Amino acid sequence: MAIIEQVVGKLEQHPDVALVEKVRDGDVLAYDALVRKYERQVFRIAQHITQNREDAEDAMQDAFLKAYQKLDQFQGNSKFSTWLVRIAVNESLMRLRKRRTGKMVSIDEDITTEEGSVPRDLADWSPNPEQNYNQAELAEILRKTIQGLPEGFRIVFVLRDVEGLSTEETAETLGLSVPAVKSRLLRGRLQLRERLSRYFHGKNVLREAGGGK
Amino acid sequence: MTCKEFLALLDDMIDDTVTAETRNELRVHLERCPHCKVTFDTTRKTIEIYRSHEIFELPEDLRERLHSAIMTRCMKGF
Repeated sequence: MAIIEQVVGKLEQHPDVALVEKVRDGDVLAYDALVRKYERQVFRIAQHITQNREDAEDAMQDAFLKAYQKLDQFQGNSKFSTWLVRIAVNESLMRLRKRRTGKMVSIDEDITTEEGSVPRDLADWSPNPEQNYNQAELAEILRKTIQGLPEGFRIVFVLRDVEGLSTEETAETLGLSVPAVKSRLLRGRLQLRERLSRYFHGKNVLREAGGGK
Repeated sequence: MTCKEFLALLDDMIDDTVTAETRNELRVHLERCPHCKVTFDTTRKTIEIYRSHEIFELPEDLRERLHSAIMTRCMKGF
């Protein structure tokens, strides 16, 4: 009985796939439900990448329109959300490139920082440091801090840690290898931590004598 | 375990994708090394803060406007 339940469970369709099929059959309102479900996430990703409200609005609209037009190409091998996020990331990167004319933006560019270097800023944080700021102040600190990260680190961190994609999904979305995603994630996390330390450090600072072991 | 070796496994420890044996080695290092303990705790906290705080909210009026614009174009068939 348990085996039958497992098999039936595996065959159960993801609700997104059912909606996609309805849209393919001409039910535009089914797409309304998909847009409603993912519009906040797509906007957030677009805003993180473009760092510009107007560009984020355009990227979000174009991502949903493109996804609608290309719905026949959605194979169902990956989740609909991952497929949509990939389109949103591409639209956002395109906006970013347009705004920075002449300066190439490439997610797979080599980011030259020392791999595996031991962090130097070792000030410990006060307990629950975010409680020292009100919501608006904290949001501003978090925005400013993440916007200072190199693009390649920032986008990996956002997809992996903020949006909760797996390492494999992040790699697939960005056209990067899994080791490249892992390397960027570690360096991005460490850089963010170091930058946030300016705001969150407590009274205990560990004095480092001659770097890490 | 050295600090560099610890750092190379920091993400796996945070994401809890290490074997029980490695986790144990990492724990032993953490107990002995206050520097790595601070790095580990604050990196984990960094992720937690970013996960739990919405820093780019989509205001309701803007959401409605963008939503309508998208659906209008879909219904018109572009």
